Amino acid sequence: MFDKEALEKIKERQEQWEETTLQQWLARLPERDELFRNLSDMPIARLYTPADIPDFDYLEELGFPGEYPFTRGIHATMYRGRLWTMRMFSGYGSAEETNERFKYLLKHGETGLSVAFDTPTLYGYDTDDPMAEGEFGKCGVAVSSLADMEILFDGIPLDKVTTSMTINAPAAILWAMYLVVAEKRGIPWTKIGGTIQNDILKEYIAQKEFVFPPKPSMRLIVDTFEFGAKYVPKWNTISISGYHIREAGATAVQELAFTLYDGFEYVKAGIERGLDVDEFAPRLSFFFNAHNDFFEEIAKFRAARRIWAREMRNRFGAKDPRSWWLRFHTQTAGCTLTAQQPENNIVRVAIQALAAVLGGTQSLHTNSMDEALALPSELAVRIALRTQQIIAHETGVVNTIDPLGGSYYVEYLTRKMEEAAYEYFRKIDAMGGMIAAIEKGFPQKEIADAAYRYQKEIDEKKRIIVGVNEYVSDEPITIPIHKIDPEGERRHRERLARVRRERDNERVRQCLERLRNAAQDERENLMPYILDCVRAYATLGEMMKALREVFGEYREPIII
Amino acid sequence: MAEEKIRVLIAKPGLDGHDRGAKVVARALRDAGMEVIYTGLRQTPEMIAEAALQEDVDVVGLSILSGAHMALLPKTVQLLREKGLDHVLVVAGGIIPDEDVPKLKEAGIAEVFGPGTSTQTIVEYIRNKVAEIRRSRKNA
Amino acid sequence: MLDELVRAAILGDKRAIARLISIAENNGTLAREALKALYPYTGKAHVIGVTGAPGTGKSTLVNELAKEFRLRGLKVGIVAVDPTSPFTGGAILGDRIRMRDLYNDPGVFIRSMATRGSLGGLARATADAVKILDAAGYDKILVETVGAGQAEVDIASTAHTTIVVEVPGLGDDIQVIKAGILEIADIFVVNKADLEGADGVALSLEVMMSLGNSEKIIHHGILMEIKPAAQSPQPRWRPPICKTIATRGEGIKALAETIEKHLAFLKESGAWEEKEKLRASREVEEILRTELLKRVLSKVDRQAIEEILGRVVKREIDPYTAAEKLAGGLS
Repeated sequence: MFDKEALEKIKERQEQWEETTLQQWLARLPERDELFRNLSDMPIARLYTPADIPDFDYLEELGFPGEYPFTRGIHATMYRGRLWTMRMFSGYGSAEETNERFKYLLKHGETGLSVAFDTPTLYGYDTDDPMAEGEFGKCGVAVSSLADMEILFDGIPLDKVTTSMTINAPAAILWAMYLVVAEKRGIPWTKIGGTIQNDILKEYIAQKEFVFPPKPSMRLIVDTFEFGAKYVPKWNTISISGYHIREAGATAVQELAFTLYDGFEYVKAGIERGLDVDEFAPRLSFFFNAHNDFFEEIAKFRAARRIWAREMRNRFGAKDPRSWWLRFHTQTAGCTLTAQQPENNIVRVAIQALAAVLGGTQSLHTNSMDEALALPSELAVRIALRTQQIIAHETGVVNTIDPLGGSYYVEYLTRKMEEAAYEYFRKIDAMGGMIAAIEKGFPQKEIADAAYRYQKEIDEKKRIIVGVNEYVSDEPITIPIHKIDPEGERRHRERLARVRRERDNERVRQCLERLRNAAQDERENLMPYILDCVRAYATLGEMMKALREVFGEYREPIII
Repeated sequence: MAEEKIRVLIAKPGLDGHDRGAKVVARALRDAGMEVIYTGLRQTPEMIAEAALQEDVDVVGLSILSGAHMALLPKTVQLLREKGLDHVLVVAGGIIPDEDVPKLKEAGIAEVFGPGTSTQTIVEYIRNKVAEIRRSRKNA
Repeated sequence: MLDELVRAAILGDKRAIARLISIAENNGTLAREALKALYPYTGKAHVIGVTGAPGTGKSTLVNELAKEFRLRGLKVGIVAVDPTSPFTGGAILGDRIRMRDLYNDPGVFIRSMATRGSLGGLARATADAVKILDAAGYDKILVETVGAGQAEVDIASTAHTTIVVEVPGLGDDIQVIKAGILEIADIFVVNKADLEGADGVALSLEVMMSLGNSEKIIHHGILMEIKPAAQSPQPRWRPPICKTIATRGEGIKALAETIEKHLAFLKESGAWEEKEKLRASREVEEILRTELLKRVLSKVDRQAIEEILGRVVKREIDPYTAAEKLAGGLS
C-alpha cells in the first residue's frame, strides 16, 4: 500500500528521529520502568509506522466487510444494520428465581437470553445426588428435569427471543429439554434460535467440566450438528470457546490459537461423519474473552476472522460464504475483576466491552462489578447492561465499520497474532491434533506456565493491578451481595420428587434402555433417543448415568 | 540447616473446576521449598481428610470458587479433627465473600486468601504459622 | 511416645504409620530408634517396584494393580516418589490424583514422597517407608519411582519384583536400549497398548532381550547376565512382556498373575533369600559407610581437616595420602 521508496524514506526519517529528537527527550526524561509488553509477552514498540507493516495489501489483508477475508467484519453493514446482541449470562438458585432475572433483564433492554447452570447440572447430576451436596444453585440455575426447564422459560416467547445455554458435557440433553419446551408450546423447531456451548475440547484444556472421554464426547457433538442442520436450522449447535482458556491463564495468542484449532477439529469431525461442510459450518459459532490489553484484544478478533475464513475456504473447501464467517459472542474477562474496590470493575468492563465492539463482536456479555465476590446483584447487572447501551448509543463508535482498520499498530498486531497462532497450529499438528496434544498435556502446560508468569509479574509489581498491588485502600467492601432464596432448593427438590412419582416410570425405564443401546452403536444419532427420555420426564442424572455406563468417565493428565 | 520440610495438601473440594489458582499456589509453594501433595479436582471432604492423614501434612489448602464453601469447608475441618489431625493448619482461597469469613474461621479455617492475594503472603503465612505450631507441639 | 507409635503401626493404625514415615524422612535419632523397633516385624511384604519414563501411566497402573490385589484380599501399600527441585528444595507430588478409587479403602495406604536430594529415582527414606508398611502388615507394597533413568538401579535393590513400564510413541527404541533397563526388569509392561506402535514396542523388547542375552541369574549374590551356553543348575526367569491399557483396567488381571508367578519363582528358586541377602548387605554397607565416616570426622578436629584439605588444593599432598592421614586418626 505504501510504495517501497516511501517506506524507505519513512524508515530513514525514523532513525533520524530516534537519534535526535527522541534521544534528547530520553536524556531529559527516561522512559518509565514498566514492562511495555502485552499480555502475550510480545514487546510493544514505542511507535508504529507504515514501515512496520511492509507489503501491506489492503485488498488481500482487509478487504471489505461482508466479503472474504472478513477482517473488517462479517456483515457488510455491521452495527449500522444491527447492533450486537446484548446477552447477559445469568442464572442462580431455582428455575423460578432465574426466570425472574431473565424477565428483569429483558425489561431493561437485553436482547437475548444466556443461561448459567449450577455445577451439579453442568456435570449431569440431579440435585439430590450426593455429589451435588452444597452446590445447589450457587453459580447457576439448577435443572434436573423438563419440569424445571418449563418453569425457567415460563412466559418467555421462544420464537421471539434467542437463548444461549452454557452447558457442555450434558449439552445434548439440556438442548433436548429446550426443544421439548418449545414443542409443548406448539412452536416449531424451525422457528427457534439459540446456542449451546457444547465445546468439550476446551473442557479438557481449561474449564474441566468434562464427563466422558474424548471419542464419545465428540460423537455426541457431531450428533447435535447433524440433528441441528436437519431440524433446528437457526440453532448454533456449538460455541467454540476461548473465554475459559483465557480465564485459566492463557495469553491472548494462546486463546486465539487453541480456540481456532479446536474449531478445526470440530469441522474435521463433522466431515468425517459424512456431513457436507456447508451443511453444518454456518452454524458453528465462537466465544471469546475481552481482556485488559485494549489493542491486543481488537487485533485478536480481527486475526481470528481472517484465519477462520482462510482455513474454511482453503483447507476445508467450504463453498458457502456463511461457512467462512467467524461469528462470535464475547464476555469481558472475569479473571480481571478485583474484589478490592469493586467499583473499579465497572471501568474495566467498560474498556473491555469497547474492545469487543471495536473488534466486531456479534454478541456481548458484560460482567458485573461484584462478580469477584458473588453472584451479580440487580443493581450491578443493570450497570453492566447499561455499559453496553452507552457504548451503543452515546459513543459514536458504531457509526463506522472497523474504525481501527489501518492503524499501523493494530494492523501490525493483527498480523503478528496471526503468525503466532499459525506457529501453535504447526506444533499441535506435529503432535497429532488437539486430542493428542491434550493427552500430552501441551495446552494445559502452556496455560499453567502463562498463569504462573502472570502471577509472578503481579507479585513482583512488574504489572500493576489497581487496588490490588498499588493504590490499595483498607476500606471494607460495601457492595450489596446477592443471595439466593433459601427456599429455592426445597421447592426444587419437592418438584423433583413429584416428577419421579407422577411420571410413567415404566416408560422412563424403557427410554433409558433404548438410549443406552443406541449409545453403544456409533452409527446412531442419540438426539431422538434423548428427546424421548426428556418427554418422559427422565431426569438429567438418569440420562447421564446411562451414558456414563456406556462411555465411561474421563481422567485428565496431571499438569501443574 | 535441616529444617523439616513443610508438607502441604492442595485440594479442590466439590465440583468446582477452576484450578488456575490452586495450580499457581502449588507452584509457588514448591518454589518456596515446600512439598505439595496436589490432589486436584472433585475431591470430597472425606478424600481430603484421609489423604491429609496418610500424607501427614502440616497444611491443608482448599481452593473453591463455586460458592459451595459453607457446605464443604467446615465439614472438611471436622473430618480432619475427627481423625486426630488437630495440629493441621487449614487455609482456604477462591471466591469467598468477606461476610462468610468469620463463620469459616469459627469452623476452624485459619485464614482465607481472597482474590488478589499475593503468593508471597500465602508462603510467609504458612511458614510462620507452621513454625509456631511446631514450636508449641514441642513444648507441649 | 515412640513405642506407642510403633505398637500402633504394627497393629495397622494409619495415623501412626504416617507419623513414622515422616520421622524416617526427617532422619533424626528418632528415625533410627523407630526402625530398630520395627525391623523384627519386617520381611513378609512383597515389594514391587514400578518404574518407567514420565508419561507411561505408572500411577494409573499402580492404581489398577492395587485394586486387583484388593480383590484378592491383600493389603496394599503404595509409595509414590516424585523429584525434589534441585533449585528450590520443593516438590509437587501429584501421583495420588490417579488413585482416587482407593482413598476410602481401609486396606490401602498411599504415601507420596519427594526425593529430597537423593540422586536416584527413590528417596533415601523410601526403603524406610517400605519397612514401616511391611511391619504394619501390608502384603504388597508398590513403589512408584521417578523414572529418571540411571535411578532404576535403586529400585532393583529395594524391590523383589521390578516392573519396567514402556509406552508406544515415546521414541521407544531409545528407551529400551537405555543402559540398565534390561538388567533390572523382572516384568515389562507395555501400557497404553491400544495406541499404535504397541506391538512394535513389545517386539523391540523381545529382540533386545534375545540380543542382549539378558537372562538373569542370581549367582553369589550378584545379579549376572549369563550366556545360554553356560551351565547352571539354577532356574531362570525370563522377563515376560505384559500388555495393558491401565485407564481401562485391561490386562491388569494378567499382570497381577504374572507378578504372583514371579513371587512364586523367587520363593521356590531361593532367589528370594538371595535378594534379601543382597538388600541386607547393601543396606548395612551403606549405614556402615555413613557411620564410619561420621566417626572419622568426629575424631579429627575441624582445623586439622581444613588444613589437610588446603594442602591437597595446593598440590602439597595428594587426596589418597590425605585420606590415609585422616583415617589414621581412627587407630
